[in-house]
Amino acid sequence: MIPSRFDYHRPDSVDGAVALLTKYGDEARAIAGGHSLIPMMKLRMAEVQHLVDLQGIDSMKGVSVAGGTVTIGAMMTQHELIANEALAKAAPIIREASLQIADPQVRYVGTIGGNLANGDPGNDMPGLMQCLDATYVLAGPDGTREVAARDFYEAAYFTARSDDEILVSVRFTAPKGGYAYEKQKRKIGDYATAAAAVLIEKDGATCAATSIAMTNLSDTPVWCEAAGAALVGSKLDKSAIDAAVAAMLPTIDPQEDNRGPVEFKKHVAGVMLRRAIERAASRA
Amino acid sequence: MGKMHIKLTVNGKQEELLAEPRELLIHVLRERLGITGPHIGCETSHCGACTVDMDGKSVKSCTVFAAQANGANITTIEGLGNPDGLHVLQQMFKEHHGLQCGFCTPGMITRAWRLLQENPNPTEEDVRFGMAGNLCRCTGYQNIVKAILAAAAELNAAKEAAQ
Ligand SMILES: Cc1cc2nc3c(=O)[nH]c(=O)nc-3n(C[C@H](O)[C@H](O)[C@H](O)COP(=O)(O)OP(=O)(O)OC[C@H]3O[C@@H](n4cnc5c(N)ncnc54)[C@H](O)[C@@H]3O)c2cc1C
Ligand code: FES
Ligand code: FES
Repeated sequence: MIPSRFDYHRPDSVDGAVALLTKYGDEARAIAGGHSLIPMMKLRMAEVQHLVDLQGIDSMKGVSVAGGTVTIGAMMTQHELIANEALAKAAPIIREASLQIADPQVRYVGTIGGNLANGDPGNDMPGLMQCLDATYVLAGPDGTREVAARDFYEAAYFTARSDDEILVSVRFTAPKGGYAYEKQKRKIGDYATAAAAVLIEKDGATCAATSIAMTNLSDTPVWCEAAGAALVGSKLDKSAIDAAVAAMLPTIDPQEDNRGPVEFKKHVAGVMLRRAIERAASRA
Repeated sequence: MGKMHIKLTVNGKQEELLAEPRELLIHVLRERLGITGPHIGCETSHCGACTVDMDGKSVKSCTVFAAQANGANITTIEGLGNPDGLHVLQQMFKEHHGLQCGFCTPGMITRAWRLLQENPNPTEEDVRFGMAGNLCRCTGYQNIVKAILAAAAELNAAKEAAQ
């Protein structure tokens, strides 16, 4: 359980980190909280010769809520997100989801940036960001660029981020209406067997707008446009929810593993989505 | 890929050593500094036996590189109490049978110490949720939860008495 040797760098600016990633190319890797990367390095599934620690970059910390826009620095830990009252007011779904990630020790160090950049389909934040229609800000040797969360994930561990880019922050419009993050896991600290992120806006008793994303049911998170559309215009009654679940099922592609066979995962996905819609609707 | 000069404050004492960046904090503590309170249970970030307090956070020291910890302030079970002067948490674990083999106990108590600073009046549910990163193979948790709740009450009573 000892990783192979590496050199360690602790830059104090984004430019400094990008310069190191550019200089060392595919021998270099950024580290944030390390709670996805270090286990992989211990298993020698990740080979790193130059480890670029982002902990010294103050500009990647902090949360701002201004004019209805929420911006979160990539180095904010899950623990800090849970504790942040301004964020809990502007986007309570983040606290609800973060509390369902891992365990207290992991949440003290695991960052939103690491969770989003990792590309593991089991991570909870990517689906959440697709649900919120977030935008990622990436800094590279040629300056910064922005990529929508819904366009970022290509396959397991493959994302739109290139090796010399740092994810600096994420930004989204504060959601209105009701929200819910529902996750089924085998035990505390486990990744999802299935999870659903749901936002619902109502106009009177009628569903006016929705956004739905599913986690760990494909090699990327799945933003389910059709499932959301099945609810719009309805009274969010049982038949509308049945239609949303039916529209979600063909968009996921779960694989059999130690969390269960495909049929079971589809079943759990339906249960999670149903519960999340009901809870979001009750809060809208 | 040489060694790095690493400075740590461990239980209030300045420590300096040369370590490879890849060395894990738990190995630095146990093998170089002789601080053997934190244990290695799983080495895969799951059991919490290696929990130490680093800059005000409970962390699994099997999942922190020595290099990342450079400059950090670390507290282990050794920094909380000793056989001649038990910490209230240690006393309560003893009184309420919060341990059997004792393997998980240093991590449990170090984690509970941080939990009670963040939330001095936890409910039973708060304790269970806040201790979810620490596994125990012996006790069945009931008495661990009791001990932590008793320690919270004790610490609060002492605080009131001091006022
Ligand atoms: C026991 C355990 C249980 C867990 N359970 C869950 C769970 O239920 N749900 C969940 O979502 N996660 C879970 N995790 C993962 C945890 O949330 C990780 O901390 C998180 O996925 C990664 O964040 P990190 O800051 O630790 O990133 P790191 O491990 O440091 O990095 C992960 C990857 O992202 C890259 N990276 C990190 N930050 C940046 C950046 N700013 N820009 C570019 N690249 C970057 C790194 O190079 C690396 O490839 C669990 C982890 C453990 C150990
Ligand atoms: S030894 Fe670190 S979590 Fe088990
Ligand atoms: S007392 Fe034996 S593992 Fe907890």
